[in-house]
Amino acid sequence: MCTECGCGSKGHLEIIEVEEKILAANDERARHNRETLDGHGICGINLMSSPGAGKTTLLERTIELLDSKFELGVIEGDPETDRDAERIRARGVPVHQITTGQACHLDAAMLHEAMHQLPLGTIDLLFVENVGNLVCPAAFELGTHLNVVLLSITEGDDKPAKYPTVFRKADLLLTKTDLLPYTDFNIEKAIREARVLNPQMKIFQLSAKTGEGMKEWIGNLHHKISKNYF
Amino acid sequence: MHELSVVQSLLETIESYAAEQKATTVTKVIVRNGPLSGIVPHLLRTTFDTFKEKTIAEDAELVIGETPLQIHCHDCKQEAQTMVLRFACPLCGSRNVDARGGDDLILERLEMDVDDDPY
Repeated sequence: MCTECGCGSKGHLEIIEVEEKILAANDERARHNRETLDGHGICGINLMSSPGAGKTTLLERTIELLDSKFELGVIEGDPETDRDAERIRARGVPVHQITTGQACHLDAAMLHEAMHQLPLGTIDLLFVENVGNLVCPAAFELGTHLNVVLLSITEGDDKPAKYPTVFRKADLLLTKTDLLPYTDFNIEKAIREARVLNPQMKIFQLSAKTGEGMKEWIGNLHHKISKNYF
Repeated sequence: MHELSVVQSLLETIESYAAEQKATTVTKVIVRNGPLSGIVPHLLRTTFDTFKEKTIAEDAELVIGETPLQIHCHDCKQEAQTMVLRFACPLCGSRNVDARGGDDLILERLEMDVDDDPY
């Protein structure tokens, strides 16, 4: 019984020091995903970008150019349709489409379910194409080994400074470089501003359309898979 | 609007602590947000106030504290803190800096009413 103020309450105020990340449950599921990937010797790469930056086209070219001794798998995240998955399936690569509906990002639980729809035992490299969005996906760890953000030349060189959270935890892929002559995109500025956020960031410049710069990107993937460096 | 997923996770955590303490109601939820968490405090509050209804935290007040960004300047070699999401040294203005910290949204503390004599 409360004897302090005479209110008649039989309870007391309990203060609990929690100090826990609010997305700790997602982080835990992401750790489980990572263990699953490691257990199968799979390198997992989370591709993030705005809609239309060229994630699916990059994957199509990567499928063509990657050494055929390595097996790919792809998980597609989109609010609606399985059009991206169809493009990948047409190239003979195992793919699973996550249709997120209104959700603007993938989380670790969605990835977990999707991973079990793929033949994990045969895959060396798993690409996760996140929902096209430079904001929300950045807040959710998936358990992949690497985050890669695509920034297409037509989006403008100010995006790393405007969307710091997503660029901070990722390598950078400047895409559609064949369009550089038609824009005032300043490559040095974009790279400088991105490196402030993440000094260790690896940066690639490529055009999946013309093939320019694809060699470096593919070489980096070969290095990662063959050396188990992920 | 990923704040919805964040609030769902927050409410699950609150429910679990409240059940552990056999709380009758949660009165205050204190969180700490970093400038690089990707969470907008205003949207977090609106979403929390919408989705707390009919939960143990229905009457809870959400208190959002902000944590600073740590700036290490390569030019003046100083460490500084800033609440502004600007990647420049607050002391000398140089943009030759590393920015650290401020990535997380942390549930710091919960205050709840606990019934001492539930029977």
